[in-house]
Amino acid sequence: MSLLKVENLSKEFGGVHAVEDLTFSVEPGHIHSIIGPNGAGKTTLFNLITGVYTPSSGRVLFKDRLVSGLKPYELAAMGMSRTFQNLQIFFNMQAIENVMVGSHLHLNRGFLASFLRLPNVSRGDRECRKTCTELMEFVGLAKYLDADAASMPYGALKRLEIARALAAKPEILLLDEPAAGLNATESREIDEVIKRVAASGITVVLVEHDMKMVMGISDHITALDYGRKLAEGTPAEVRANPDVVKAYLGAHA
Amino acid sequence: MNFKTARTGGLALLAIVIAAAPIGFSNSYYYDVGVNAMFNAIVCVGLNLLIGYAGQISLGHAGFFALGAYGSALMTTNYGIPPIGAMVLSAAVVGLLAFLVGRPILKLKGHYLAMATLGIGIIIHIVLKTESKITGGPDGMSVDNFSLLGVTVMGDRMWYWVAGGLLVLTVWLALNLIDSPVGRALRAVHGSEVGAEVVGVDTSSYKVLVFVVSAMFASVVGSLFAHKNGFITPDIGSFFHSVELVTMVVLGGMASVFGALIGAVILTLLPQVLAAVEQYEAMILGAIMMGTMIFMPKGLLPSIVASLKRRGAGK
Repeated sequence: MSLLKVENLSKEFGGVHAVEDLTFSVEPGHIHSIIGPNGAGKTTLFNLITGVYTPSSGRVLFKDRLVSGLKPYELAAMGMSRTFQNLQIFFNMQAIENVMVGSHLHLNRGFLASFLRLPNVSRGDRECRKTCTELMEFVGLAKYLDADAASMPYGALKRLEIARALAAKPEILLLDEPAAGLNATESREIDEVIKRVAASGITVVLVEHDMKMVMGISDHITALDYGRKLAEGTPAEVRANPDVVKAYLGAHA
Repeated sequence: MNFKTARTGGLALLAIVIAAAPIGFSNSYYYDVGVNAMFNAIVCVGLNLLIGYAGQISLGHAGFFALGAYGSALMTTNYGIPPIGAMVLSAAVVGLLAFLVGRPILKLKGHYLAMATLGIGIIIHIVLKTESKITGGPDGMSVDNFSLLGVTVMGDRMWYWVAGGLLVLTVWLALNLIDSPVGRALRAVHGSEVGAEVVGVDTSSYKVLVFVVSAMFASVVGSLFAHKNGFITPDIGSFFHSVELVTMVVLGGMASVFGALIGAVILTLLPQVLAAVEQYEAMILGAIMMGTMIFMPKGLLPSIVASLKRRGAGK
C-alpha cells in the first residue's frame, strides 16, 4: 500500500502549468526523490502536497485519505512534515526553541495552562527540551544548543529545519533541496542525516539537484520536466532514460 | 542565559521597585502618576504579546480600553452591577468583539492590518462620542468607586498597591506564556507563518487568540481606570491614545515583557517632567517614535541588553 498518492495533479498560475497531470505514489519506508531541471515544478509539487497551495485539479491521498484542500497544520497532525528550499526559520527564537515549536502538536497547548504555568506544562517543556536536544544532536547541531537561530550559518539552518520537522514526529518527511547551497562536505553530512532518518522508519520524499546524492540514496526516483512526469524508476533506470539525459544535458548531448 | 532565573529575578526586582518607590513619593500626586504608569504598563505588556511576540499590529487598542471603561461605568451606574462583575462582563464582551473582528482582519498583513485596526479604534471612539444618551457624549460620565467584598478602593495610595499587585501578576502571566508551547507558537507566527503551519501550528487561530487576550487586558485596565479616575471621556479611546500605547511598546522593546513595562513608565512620566512644554506632547511622542525606529529598532531594553552582552563577550 502506498503511503502517499498523487493523482492527475495540476496547478496553473495564470495559464502557466507549473504542474500538469502528474501521477505517482510513494511507498512507505522509501527514500523517494523528485528530480528535474530548474522550473520543472518540484517546489510547486511540494507546496501542493503539503497544503501550502490548493491544486487546480487532481488529488492527493495520504494514508488513503483525500488530503488536497487541507491546511498544512492539519496535514502535520496527520503525520506529514517538511522543510523549505528557501529557509523558513524562526529567526526571532533560539535554535532549540525552533525545534521545540516542531513538537507543538505533542505538548499541552491549553491557553490557561500555559498562562498559569501549570506543573504539567513545565514538565512537558522539560521533556520536550530534552527530546529536542537529542534531535539537534541527531542532525549534527550539538554545538548550537544554546545559539540564537539568527546567529547560525546557512548550512546549520538547513539541518535545524530538518530537526524541527522531525520534532513533529512525522510518518513522511518532505525535504526541499536540503543540500542546496552547501559545500561538498556539508552535503555529504546531510546525506548521512537523511539516511539515518529513513533508517528510523520515516518515509522521505526528497527534492534535490545534487545528482550524486540523489543517485546514492534514493530507492525510487520521479523525474519531472515542465511540470510533467518524464521518467520514473530506480536510480539506475532513471539514469539510463534518454529523456532524462536530454532534459538535463540538452538535446544534442 | 537561564530563562528561569531571569524570570524569577526580574519579577522579584519588579516587586521590590514597586514596593520601594513610595519612599521617594512626597505627596499623593506621585502615587497618582505611579498608578497611571502601572496601568499603562499592564496594557502594554498585553499589547506586546500581540505586537512584539506574535508580530501583528493594532492601532486600535485604546478603543478596547475605552470599551472596558465605559462598560464598567454603564453597568455599575445604570444597572447596579457590582464593579468586579461589570469588569469581568466588559472584558468578556470586549473579548467577543475582538474575536469577531479579529477573525477577518487578522488575515491581513502589514499596512492593511494596521489600517483595519485603526478603523476599529476610530469607530469605537466615534460611537462613544456620539451616543450621548448612553455615554454622555464628549462631556463624559462619572463612575463610582471600585469596591469588592465590602472593601472600597479609594485614594491614590490604595490604588497604587492594587495596580502594583496587578502589574506583578500580569508580568508573571506574560512570562509564563511566552515560555510555553502557546508562547512559542505565537513567536513562531512572527518568525515564519508557513514554517509554523507545517509543524502543526494553526497560525490564524493563534493570531486571533493573542488579539483577543491583549484586547481583554486593555479592557480590564480600562475598567479599573474608570473607577480610579471617577470620570471618563471618549478621548481615552482616541487614536492618539492608541498610538501612545504602541509607542510605549516600541520604545521599551518589542518582544520584551520588561521592555514594554519600561516604555510605559517612561512615556507616562515624560509629560510630568515636560509639563512646561505640554502643547508639544504629540510632537515629542512622534520624535521619540522616529528616533527609536532609526537608532534602536529593537527598543530600549533589548538594545541595552545586547550592548551589555557584546561588552561582556569582548572581555
